[in-house]
Amino acid sequence: MALRSLSSTKTLTLGLNSTSLLPHSRSLQTFSLPDLPYDYGALQPAISGEIMQLHHQKHHQTYITNYNKALEQLNEAIQKGDSSTVVKLQNAIKFNGGGHINHSIFWKNLAPIREGGGEPPKDSLGWAIDTNFGSLESLIQKINAEGAALQGSGWVWLGVNKELKKLVIETTQNQDPLVTKGPHLVPLLGIDVWEHAYYLQYKNVRPDYLKNIWKVINWKYASEVYEKECA
Amino acid sequence: MAAATSMVTSSSFTFPSQGLRLPTRSHPCMKPQRRFLRKYASNVITATYELKPPPYSLNALEPHMSRETLEYHWGKHHRTYVENLNKQVVGTDLEGLSLEDIITVTYNKGDILPAFNSAAQAWNHDFFWESMKPGGGGKPSGDLLDLIERDFGSFERFTEEFKSAAATQFGSGWAWLAYKANRLGVENAVNPWPSENDKKLVIVKSPNAVNPLVWDYFPLLTIDVWEHAFYLDFQNRRADYISMFMEKLVSWEAVNARLENAKAQAAEREMEEERMKNEEEWKPTDDDDDDDDDEGLEMYVDSDDDSEAE
Repeated sequence: MALRSLSSTKTLTLGLNSTSLLPHSRSLQTFSLPDLPYDYGALQPAISGEIMQLHHQKHHQTYITNYNKALEQLNEAIQKGDSSTVVKLQNAIKFNGGGHINHSIFWKNLAPIREGGGEPPKDSLGWAIDTNFGSLESLIQKINAEGAALQGSGWVWLGVNKELKKLVIETTQNQDPLVTKGPHLVPLLGIDVWEHAYYLQYKNVRPDYLKNIWKVINWKYASEVYEKECA
Repeated sequence: MAAATSMVTSSSFTFPSQGLRLPTRSHPCMKPQRRFLRKYASNVITATYELKPPPYSLNALEPHMSRETLEYHWGKHHRTYVENLNKQVVGTDLEGLSLEDIITVTYNKGDILPAFNSAAQAWNHDFFWESMKPGGGGKPSGDLLDLIERDFGSFERFTEEFKSAAATQFGSGWAWLAYKANRLGVENAVNPWPSENDKKLVIVKSPNAVNPLVWDYFPLLTIDVWEHAFYLDFQNRRADYISMFMEKLVSWEAVNARLENAKAQAAEREMEEERMKNEEEWKPTDDDDDDDDDEGLEMYVDSDDDSEAE
């Protein structure tokens, strides 16, 4: 550790938003809240502006803050060779890092109606959905059933197995990213079913939230990701 | 679905419902506490679990916990758990069991069966409402305070630890104060050196519907940290909700009563275990019995045939 020179630290920090704990430590990338590509109120009435603001500015921000903190502590523990702490931090990293990953995808999964939100997928993804599920309606029904049945907090995903080039519907608990369900799974679209995602507007009626969110789902983004994996 | 509970009128009877929802044990000395209604409809008897109201009106916890929260939390969430439980239990082996027994059976050592979520959440919410009262908070006293100070150092340290557990239960779940009276916490193991320290207070947190009954602990106090419990009043500020709960809502009377009951049940269980152990030690074997009987008979019936007794 003491052998790291100042010059190598400088090259590492170029172009990155990073902090160094000590002059000779490995520099660490920290994460920051991504901007939403639309106003908080732009997804109404499917999702209220109040929810979007809290969800983005409070919940997502908190995951990022805690993720950065956990990474800093992890870095320190690695430097010191403190294996006990390294292992102990894994949960905090999964929770908060997962929260950051999942929400970053989620904001891209949504779009105002006037910007294509709700427009059905065409091209290869549209075709794959019809082939695998019969129709878009049938896919939506399955995803909503899984989302409604999820106990506690979690996410429901439409993903693609990039090895098999197959579409899958999966759920994950808490903030587990989709990849925890299979190393070859790539998320195309995720729906947050934590209560904070809908409670102020839909209260206990999660099925209504699931029914309405499709009006603002951004299939363009899902198609882009699908084409990249299955080209 | 709501009609099902309203059908229970004159042609039903209820077991007296307890003011406090106390944990039961599957134990020869303990009668299982049943809280259900028998519904008579064309000669078919079905057991139905009932949604019990909190021991105060829905606005009684204001301004700390709003009436709106209680209306949804009790009136929708809790009610739905009870309705789903009834649907999942009817016509199965679980029908007629006490709620606590259903919880133990369907927990299935962690490989949970479908009715667990409904049953445990129905129980958890009853327990939660009864853990609070208008004008609650403050400090406990007497035995309870002594135990808290013994097991946590001070009431302040206990509060910090309880609040921390509630704040760090990731996702949905509950934080608990419980009385742990089993030795070693390992099923079928025998602690060769039982001591007073086996009976102690512990703070535990649990995910989703899980509660300390499944670990054979005696729950004493709980706080619901599912987001629906605090989102209308506190939004993302879970820590503020937890502080409010400790300062303004905890019913130390309820906790105290539960502790007394837990100690009594633990003592009874201990006595029963002692009794069963003693029975085993003093039990005579079959061979000894026969010889005694024969000699008795020989002596009184036929004193000339001693050779046959050999």
